[in-house]
Amino acid sequence: METMPQKTMPDNDPLTVAEEWMGEGRDVAIATVVETWGSAPRPVGSHLVIDGDSNFEGSVSGGCVEGAVISDALDVIETGEPKMLEFGVADETAWQVGLSCGGKIRVYVERLG
Amino acid sequence: MDPASLKKLNAARAGRRAVALVTDLGDGRDRVVVEGDEVAAALGDSVAKAFRSGKSGVLELENRSYFINVHIPPPRLVVIGAVHISQALAPMAKLAGFDIEVIDPRTAFATPERFSGVRLDAEWPEAVLSGRPLDPYCALAAVTHDPKIDDIPLKAALVAGCFYVGALGSRKTHAKRVERLTSMGVSADRIERIASPIGLDIGASSPAEIAVAILAEIIKALRTRSAVSAERAA
Repeated sequence: METMPQKTMPDNDPLTVAEEWMGEGRDVAIATVVETWGSAPRPVGSHLVIDGDSNFEGSVSGGCVEGAVISDALDVIETGEPKMLEFGVADETAWQVGLSCGGKIRVYVERLG
Repeated sequence: MDPASLKKLNAARAGRRAVALVTDLGDGRDRVVVEGDEVAAALGDSVAKAFRSGKSGVLELENRSYFINVHIPPPRLVVIGAVHISQALAPMAKLAGFDIEVIDPRTAFATPERFSGVRLDAEWPEAVLSGRPLDPYCALAAVTHDPKIDDIPLKAALVAGCFYVGALGSRKTHAKRVERLTSMGVSADRIERIASPIGLDIGASSPAEIAVAILAEIIKALRTRSAVSAERAA
């Protein structure tokens, strides 16, 4: 018989991880996809959580723009000022932080606490 | 995000409550709204809508911009009875995104061969449900035709405020069921909520067609349900 334990929360749930990190006294930023246009890899509401040492859990784009979000998250942890980031189609000027799928996303980054 | 908001949000999610985090994107202030909480006028309507649709999004309101991130517990469907209808219902419900499980103490029915890939418990429903209690984001369909197996989980589903409670059987069978549940101390209001005859009236005839009718009725109940708080309070 297949055993499928009923879990209310998946493994590595970003918001659960954020709370654990907070409990350990780590600085934490939370990034959230607030809007998407066209084909976007992660739905609205998806989270990436980042600590002050660039450890992260979750995703906002399935890997395309996480690097840029993490670097902005470190600023947000430093200043406490939330940021709204926007990522669009990968083109030459935005090569490093583009979405290859051709969509566009807005990501809100805020400090926890 | 306010640390207290994060804790409240995570606690509600772990407890299978529908909950939303509303963030003012201008100043970063946030608040947690558990479904059924009072929220003032215009914002309240949008939050209520988000709970119904399960969709998160940005809301522009009076020159302010809010992000409503709604977390709905995954709907769970508990089927009492490992019968022919359930064999069709289980894969369909899975495709539609339900956490499905089938419970039947009759080991001849509840065999892994008949329910490949489905969570199956060949035990009495009351034993299974005491370990994994029902809640308002559960649907329960009782299809064994056997009061010894169906009645107790039906009562449990009504008391827990499951968003859907259905029971197989003719009108005559159901009339007897109503009498039994009444004598078990279930109020008439609650008994009224049982969908019987089970399934939307699409003239279903084969077990698979009846499964379609049941699943359609469950989805209708899920997507048109009112806030759960009233039932919790009742």
